[in-house]
Amino acid sequence: MLNKIVASLDAAVADVPDGASILIGGFGSAGMAEGLLAALLRQGAKKLTLISNNAGRGDGAFAQLVKQDRVSKMICSFPEAKEAYHFREKFFAGKIELELNPQGTLAERIRAGGSGIEGFYTPTGVGTEIAAGKPTMEFDGVICLLERALRADYAFVRGKAADRWGNVVYDKAQRNFNPIMAMAGRITIAEVDSIVELGALNPEHVVTPAIFVQRVVKTEAPRG
Amino acid sequence: MAKTPLTREQIAKRIAQDLPDGATVNLGIGMPTLAANYVPADREILFHSENGILGMGPKPAPGKEDPNLVNAGKEFVTMLPGGSFFSQADSFSMTRGKHVDIAVLGGMQVAPNGDLANWKIKGAPLGSIGGAMDIACGAKQVFIAMTHVTNKGEPKIVNQLSYALTALHCVTRIYTDIAVIDVTREGLVLSEVAPGYTADDVQALTEPKLLVPRAPAMIGV
Repeated sequence: MLNKIVASLDAAVADVPDGASILIGGFGSAGMAEGLLAALLRQGAKKLTLISNNAGRGDGAFAQLVKQDRVSKMICSFPEAKEAYHFREKFFAGKIELELNPQGTLAERIRAGGSGIEGFYTPTGVGTEIAAGKPTMEFDGVICLLERALRADYAFVRGKAADRWGNVVYDKAQRNFNPIMAMAGRITIAEVDSIVELGALNPEHVVTPAIFVQRVVKTEAPRG
Repeated sequence: MAKTPLTREQIAKRIAQDLPDGATVNLGIGMPTLAANYVPADREILFHSENGILGMGPKPAPGKEDPNLVNAGKEFVTMLPGGSFFSQADSFSMTRGKHVDIAVLGGMQVAPNGDLANWKIKGAPLGSIGGAMDIACGAKQVFIAMTHVTNKGEPKIVNQLSYALTALHCVTRIYTDIAVIDVTREGLVLSEVAPGYTADDVQALTEPKLLVPRAPAMIGV
């Protein structure tokens, strides 16, 4: 029987080793796997590379990982923000490495990573400081940068509902980076409001098909 | 007539006049977002938000906020009937893939060739790009909403950028508190001026030479 359901958030992240890279969905208050992050905070893994749009909000679990010096590298598009004060402190203290990506490039690198595409050419960033060291190529007069695929050891995904096979649906703008991160994680863990019976999700409406998800866990702090 | 620069709201209102019926529009954080409040009632605009929304509606009524329904500025929004949600990859396919008609973005500096700087303060060790680079280089038209000069009185429309570049040759029109300026192959064309301002007044606060092929109209808001 194919059953990806894990009993608890703690059990879902128990095997995350030191040095792991983790894709973390979420944008603003929508779609971050806060329960998995809180479990990771308890679990103790360090020297982590986190890949997410932002670099932590306020004193949430993501920001706590930064505050506790558990994160050695951030790959993100929007690190400089009022609510990212823990990241700022660690960045200016030289305790955390930053790889800055344009948001669309970040998304496409992740999509490529999950799709077996090793790189792609994009006009985004040409002539800017993020172009440093990246090969360029001209296509019909348009100069483009070579960007490489991005994958990670884990992906923490936040959804509305999932079944035991690992099919996931999302609620509104909760979707954001989650479906592409699910594709690019070697072990993708979906934290959801509810776990439903097989067949309860309309196949026409499944956003993340089961093949991209390795673990499903019910959140302990449902939203809305 | 006394010189009367436009307020932030009036700049947003002026921009809203130029969003045609049926257009797909992405609004940046800050002043650009205000433009949504001034779209004439007889026009239907499809607002795109890069976190994965098309067909975004206005702010929710107090108490109706949904943490799973936020815009690119992480503010609570609503959905219009007909709206849709999608992943960030699809969202940037829409911008980078030239499906978005108009992007309205904030600006720190603009050059006569359309080069834009808007993501990092000069000399800052840390800045946030967000969607700025992808949207600036992918939208069919890029409108910039900004004050004409910095709070120290320095021109923001300059011969060459000294701030970090966002995208090359992307800006098509600039809306400031004192002028509307078109970026053309020939150079910057002064189209409109704020009440009480002359072309010479605007030129005095602008580093590159402005082209004035005909007397500029007064901005009507």
